Amino acid sequence: MKVLVPVKRVVDYNVKVRVKSDGTGVDIANVKMSMNPFDEIAVEEAVRLKEKGVVTEIVAVSCGVTQCQETLRTAMAIGADRAILVECADELQPLAVAKLLNALVTKEQPGLIILGKQAIDDDCNQTGQMLAALAGLPQATYASKIEISDGQATITREVDGGMETLKLKLPAVVTTDLRLNEPRYVTLPNIMKAKKKPLEVLKPADLGVDVAPRIKTLKVSEPPKRGAGIKVPDVATLVAKLKNEAKVI
Amino acid sequence: MSALVFAEHDNLSIKGATLNTVTAALACSGEVHVLVAGHEAAAAAAAAAQIVGVSKVLHADAPGLNHGLAETTAAQVLAVASGYSHILFPATASGKNIAPRVAALLDVAQISDATKVISGDTFERPIYAGNAIATVLSTDAIKVITVRTTGFDAAAAAGGNAVVEVLAAAADTGGSTFIGSEIAKSDRPELTAAKVIVSGGRALGSSEKFNEVLLPLADKLGAALGASRAAVDAGYAPNDWQVGQTGKIVAPQLYVAIGISGAIQHLAGMKDSKVIVAINKDAEAPIFSVADYGLEADLFTAVPELIEKL
Repeated sequence: MKVLVPVKRVVDYNVKVRVKSDGTGVDIANVKMSMNPFDEIAVEEAVRLKEKGVVTEIVAVSCGVTQCQETLRTAMAIGADRAILVECADELQPLAVAKLLNALVTKEQPGLIILGKQAIDDDCNQTGQMLAALAGLPQATYASKIEISDGQATITREVDGGMETLKLKLPAVVTTDLRLNEPRYVTLPNIMKAKKKPLEVLKPADLGVDVAPRIKTLKVSEPPKRGAGIKVPDVATLVAKLKNEAKVI
Repeated sequence: MSALVFAEHDNLSIKGATLNTVTAALACSGEVHVLVAGHEAAAAAAAAAQIVGVSKVLHADAPGLNHGLAETTAAQVLAVASGYSHILFPATASGKNIAPRVAALLDVAQISDATKVISGDTFERPIYAGNAIATVLSTDAIKVITVRTTGFDAAAAAGGNAVVEVLAAAADTGGSTFIGSEIAKSDRPELTAAKVIVSGGRALGSSEKFNEVLLPLADKLGAALGASRAAVDAGYAPNDWQVGQTGKIVAPQLYVAIGISGAIQHLAGMKDSKVIVAINKDAEAPIFSVADYGLEADLFTAVPELIEKL
């Protein structure tokens, strides 16, 4: 079975972004970029399924600027077999990405698509569900366990209040939650090997997809700052403050 | 045109997040309808009809709608979507699962986690774990929105008198099947609806200590329990207790952070709380930068003392 793993290049999760003073966005010049952590979990899961003999080929896909090639090389260093970059310098919103991925699903005919539940830059949490809808496939979001057998996937999902288990007919779309696995560290030999793996570059036009944004960002601003509080010397003062000043207990 | 709210419910009653979503919908349109899609959900539909501000409840009932499976539930929303200018979902696990399917099949973009309605087509939403707020304008004819419940007050759950209209149920798509669920039964308030939250971090050291130290405090305060990602990853607390960027977003009256250092991803989930208390022995912990009251102390002595003095 072939697995498609879409990955996104985002500002590294350790970077605290700054809003640009002109309010047009956040400043991402010269900040560290990495693979979206949830997508890294998706790649790792695909590799584990391949190691179990369930999956035969892993195709990593990214949509975005030329530098996404680095993200795809990382995916191949973790264990993806080949990669496709849909290169586009313009802003790509989740609906556009879902359409590009849907075109690739038609072309590649994967048995399973695994991707992160949300990207940590725009925090949208949309692409997987949109892709599933456009491709007419069943979905299981927020997966914490994936088992494949007899053309079906049994997925444990994290939902409000606990867990839920679904059975999906393959092909299907699964989005990853934090507890699905812990991605391996990439080793130098694997980074070297990844450089030799095939990476195909396409344009949105090659896939016949209109990627024009539907949402305009009018401005980006700093969130309201929370006033600095005080340190209390002991528990008695804390209780007194909560009772008399904050009046919350 | 009117706005449609997708109700989160358990077939018997309406979940609190629905009420905040109704408030957001009323800011988008003067007329708000609520869709209750479920199985033997007449009680939930009747409860939805009581919500103040709602003029009509659409009730679709079928076994295939019982567990809120994304494929069939999205089809149910799509069956009525064309009559609305706005379709709003609470930004809960269920709402976030279904809304993008609806948006994609309508060929419209989705506004995720709206925290403010500026006008019928302009919204505020947090990006980068809440470190920036984007004001966005949707150019689509139908606005599909998930609503961050902490951004809106709850509409009154009783006092309304909406008509209930029964819809033909969407056909079960059959691509996915519900096998089972493990939902923790608890007498505590729901994390996202609680007025007080006691939240623990890795400093608790073990699952036993987490419970031993925090449960009595939560009992005393009538609080829900939360946890940092570090505590969840270490196995001290269940997954769905995680507060943060990719966990639960909460804004209680009182948030007590115990042994939590305060990574930006955690702060993203709780910094809109009305009053934040932090107890941590590390004077440099970032949690103190958002805490109204910080107590620099060893939690294993401070928490029992706090319980005693409350």
